Amino acid sequence: MTQEWPLYEVFVRGKRGLNHVHVGSLHAADDAMALTHARDLYTRRNEGVSIWVVRSEHIAASTRDEKDPFFAPSADKVYRHPTFYDIPDDVPHI
Amino acid sequence: MVGREVGVSMTSTGTEASAAGWDEARLSEQFDATIAKDQRIEPRDWMPDGYRRTLIRQIAQHAHSEIIGMQPEGDWITRAPSLRRKAILFAKVQDEAGHGLYLYSAAETLGADRAELTDALIEGRQKYSSIFNYPTPTFADVGVIGWFVDGAAICNQVPLCRCSYGPYARAMVRVCKEESFHQRQGYELLLTMMRGTDGQRAMVQDAVDRWWWPSLMMFGPPDDDSPNSARSMAWKIKRHSNDELRQRFVDMTVPQAEKLGVTLPDPELSWNEERGHHDFGTPDWSELQRVISGDGPRNVERVSRRRAAHEEGAWVREAATAHAAKQAARTQETARTQKTEGAAA
Repeated sequence: MTQEWPLYEVFVRGKRGLNHVHVGSLHAADDAMALTHARDLYTRRNEGVSIWVVRSEHIAASTRDEKDPFFAPSADKVYRHPTFYDIPDDVPHI
Repeated sequence: MVGREVGVSMTSTGTEASAAGWDEARLSEQFDATIAKDQRIEPRDWMPDGYRRTLIRQIAQHAHSEIIGMQPEGDWITRAPSLRRKAILFAKVQDEAGHGLYLYSAAETLGADRAELTDALIEGRQKYSSIFNYPTPTFADVGVIGWFVDGAAICNQVPLCRCSYGPYARAMVRVCKEESFHQRQGYELLLTMMRGTDGQRAMVQDAVDRWWWPSLMMFGPPDDDSPNSARSMAWKIKRHSNDELRQRFVDMTVPQAEKLGVTLPDPELSWNEERGHHDFGTPDWSELQRVISGDGPRNVERVSRRRAAHEEGAWVREAATAHAAKQAARTQETARTQKTEGAAA
């Protein structure tokens, strides 16, 4: 029984000007193979102009923490949104 | 789809959450609420064991079907009648491989192990769609598979794009986009043959006669004999019942058959004005049982072919692993040498 190839996560830039977006994962022996496999698997119909691959184990991710939400600090700062501010209707361009 | 290793850490998060006072009941409540709001469950979320097991089983079977599904048509790649048809068939079979891999990737987000899934298939512990256990003796079979089998797959898969499990739903979106080409190339192939000789028309009709009933069986047993359906529908893994989807397929296919000029081999098939649907005969469910339990025309051949491909490819996987290890060691060595030289200078 041979050692299983590691898992990679794949990110594809759909076209110039867009961010890379996560599209899925695949197994490959190394980075170079992961890139060619990603090309064959995720861009068979011109879905991408650039690919990133990264070993899944190297991704640090937030958890869905139910007790003390990780994202709570962003929920109570309404003043970060433009609609928080009252501006008279007759002020132009704002 | 965040992969297996990230998925595994989810399990430890679950444990921490429990330790922090989040008992199973409250986690379960939150899971139910997410489903009720029609939101997606993602890999790191807590989920009931049954939900996870059901999904792993379904996604694995789906993946295996795509992979085994390469064989019946793959048989015709070397014998396709023109370069055009050969190129199309090649692309289609390559897509099936791709679909299998998207699905294995989704299964891995649930903690399934890829090597273990492959073993389960070649050891016969997990199943795949019964339809791929039928033979493809003529080139018309390639066309009818595209038209019927991929058409039925589309009926099944379009609602799965809204499945409650995010990675599965996203894989289905990608698959459905590609599946439309499969169905159309099949139908076009048949249209071409129907414009040919009497012999070619007879060949198409013969293929239609052989594939019609097995295609209806692809939707699974009738609703009153499908024990897990209700639970899958409550979890929003499944959105429509087997019989609903089968009806949709029949309604969709009848006018296409008329246009093509073939007869669907069911004397009971007729339009029911009152229901607004076609009535149709009952498939031979004992045949489905037989084929599922391993006694179809090509079961043994399909699995042994998959096993041979896996075993014959072992040396390639080993060589690539060895090459990767050697390259990594060499890179490390170079980095160390440079560091030493840099320090000396």
